[in-house]
Amino acid sequence: MSDVQFRFRTDDAVADPGVTVDVFGAQTNASAVRLEPGDDARDLLPHLDRIKLIEVNFPSFTDGRGFSSARVLREAGYTGELRAVGELPVDHLGHLRRCGFDSFAPDIPLNPVDAEAALARWEHVYQPAADGRVPIWNLRHG
Amino acid sequence: MYKYDTYDQAMVDARVEEFRDQVKRRLEGHLSEDHFKPLRLQNGLYLQLHAYMLRVAIPYGTLSSAQMRVLGDIADKYDRGYGHFTTRQNIQYNWIQLDQTPDLLAELAKVEMHAIQTSGNCIRNISSDQYAGAAADEIVDPRPYAELLRQWSSFHPEFLVLPRKFKIAVIASETDRAAMKLHDIGIRMVRNAAGEIGAAFYVGGGMGRTPMIAPLVRAFVPLDQLITYAEACLRVYNRYGRRDNKYKARIKILVHELGKDEYTRQVEEEFAHLLTQGIEPPLAELERIKAHFTDPAYDTAAPDTLDRSDPDFALWVDRNCAAHKQPGYMIATISLKPVGGIPGDASGEQMRVMADLGLKYSFDELRVTHAQNIVLPHVRKADLYDLWQQLDAAGLATANLDLIGDIIACPGLDYCSLANARSIPVAQKISERFAAKQADLGELKLKISGCINACGHHHAGHIGILGVDKKGTENYQLLLGGCEGDDTSLGQITGPGFSEDGIVDAIDKATDVYLAHKQGDERLLDTYRRIGMAPFKEAIYE
Ligand code: HEM
Ligand code: SF4
Repeated sequence: MSDVQFRFRTDDAVADPGVTVDVFGAQTNASAVRLEPGDDARDLLPHLDRIKLIEVNFPSFTDGRGFSSARVLREAGYTGELRAVGELPVDHLGHLRRCGFDSFAPDIPLNPVDAEAALARWEHVYQPAADGRVPIWNLRHG
Repeated sequence: MYKYDTYDQAMVDARVEEFRDQVKRRLEGHLSEDHFKPLRLQNGLYLQLHAYMLRVAIPYGTLSSAQMRVLGDIADKYDRGYGHFTTRQNIQYNWIQLDQTPDLLAELAKVEMHAIQTSGNCIRNISSDQYAGAAADEIVDPRPYAELLRQWSSFHPEFLVLPRKFKIAVIASETDRAAMKLHDIGIRMVRNAAGEIGAAFYVGGGMGRTPMIAPLVRAFVPLDQLITYAEACLRVYNRYGRRDNKYKARIKILVHELGKDEYTRQVEEEFAHLLTQGIEPPLAELERIKAHFTDPAYDTAAPDTLDRSDPDFALWVDRNCAAHKQPGYMIATISLKPVGGIPGDASGEQMRVMADLGLKYSFDELRVTHAQNIVLPHVRKADLYDLWQQLDAAGLATANLDLIGDIIACPGLDYCSLANARSIPVAQKISERFAAKQADLGELKLKISGCINACGHHHAGHIGILGVDKKGTENYQLLLGGCEGDDTSLGQITGPGFSEDGIVDAIDKATDVYLAHKQGDERLLDTYRRIGMAPFKEAIYE
């Protein structure tokens, strides 16, 4: 499993690796779970209060289902760690962050300078997402 | 016309810098072609047979003169003196060097233009009615809604890695001039019984190898829920659209496989949830945008009569000009389909001429049409003759709007790496063969694609031509009966395909059948619908 390269949280990281959604359903004490692209993030909603870490896997950077999974979880009020793992190009970093991811474990570690630039790229954003940034259309109207 | 404020400008400038950085990483070898490809595609940059091709967005097809002038200058500076206007109201350049693209994009950004999301698996440039704001039959100007959707969809963090590309069109007239139901989402602005404006959503249309006409999934979305509803449509697609097979990844397949009712149910469920999330822009934003699309300062004393004494001019007016909502004005279309020319091509110099004429005669505004022509939306009838003379001098006064010579053609094998056959030479031959006969044939929309991807809309042509590969030689199938307008229909293949010359002869025979059977003022499409395929088939394959 790849290491966490960026983490935007101050609480202690959960040590256990995420179990699959199937195992999670059966194992009532697990606190970390791993979502594959085909898993329905909404299956986790009844259990959010006991989950501390959700890993969302991106086996290929061309499969964007994880972007929606992240927003679904954040919109349901999940505040634990949401970690993107797998094939994570640096150019996706800012968008993943906007969808609610707060830690990143890329298969291939990213160039930290590029990553910083990617995260700082957009001073403003057009639309609301899971990161609480005020969109331009609200800034325009005070 | 919409003008950027500092926020819009900053977004576009940031994108130029982002792309400059991506190109640098690519050229230095830090970014593999596999990883660069989706990034350049979201900036409209394709790698084609001979060079890179760049597609520049023209949001809802509206351009200022200054923008058109820059497009002409770019054609001269970065391409070989031409630009190609496309069926999605964009412009493409065919001979672009990768290392020059960041500078090219910076020049575009100076006139509030960009290539953001003009290709790739994301929400593409939003298209609209080329007569928006001028048409006599519209209930509102559709462009403010298209602009709101443009902002919402630009860099939308959740929807940049969709299963496949996603195309949205917005119209607000009874007459559909934008092939709205052949889009992933087609939106028609409507008025409900209470007199309020809202949006009807048609979802799951498209062309390509499995053409489908979008079904209506919701007849009325109120204006203060427009973005939320669009977000729900997209989220259901992003979560459940097929990713196992790129030929089945468009939303049309999802809607088809789930069925319209089940897709709609899922969207409504997501919509109900998203309404609790407060993602809708304030209505004040729509009002702010609308203020950019108010009517120009029409000359209310403009005479409503026309001097038709020059017959060539009268012919051009009858063919290429349409009714305007303002008395004393007309909408003039500049055909980019000269006899024997390349459909949709304009030289840098012609673009500058059109820019000047747009400034002089049309309140600094031009439009690109999905039929690859240019529109001057607001011309005083009293100025039409001067305009026509200047167009004529620039080789831009071809009087063939909606005639058989007004061909839509994709780039085909001359430029496109996916092509099975050439499109442009066939278009040129047809244009020449029918130049004399075309007036007698009346409205006849002919559309050519060089492969099954259907970039040339061949399914929606009254006559469609599809290039196929037949044991290594180029072959052309003929389709009849397609239509993109209100009564959208998909063309049917006549039978075995033809050689390049054979297809031109076959069309000649088909048009003879039409002329022999025509009743009243029927178009070929109407005659075909009435008498069916058999008489055409008989004549074509006799
Ligand atoms: C030369 C490079 C081009 C390439 C490689 C290309 C590629 C493609 C592909 C692969 C599709 C099928 C997508 C699908 O069915 O999922 C497609 C569809 C389409 N393309 Fe292109 N295209 C090119 C140029 C153009 C041009 C110049 C235009 C406009 C004139 C255009 C407009 C369209 C349209 C309208 C469709 C149909 C959309 C639909 O399926 O709903 N393309 N293109
Ligand atoms: S229809 Fe085929 S040949 Fe024509 S541009 Fe599209 S992909 Fe290329």
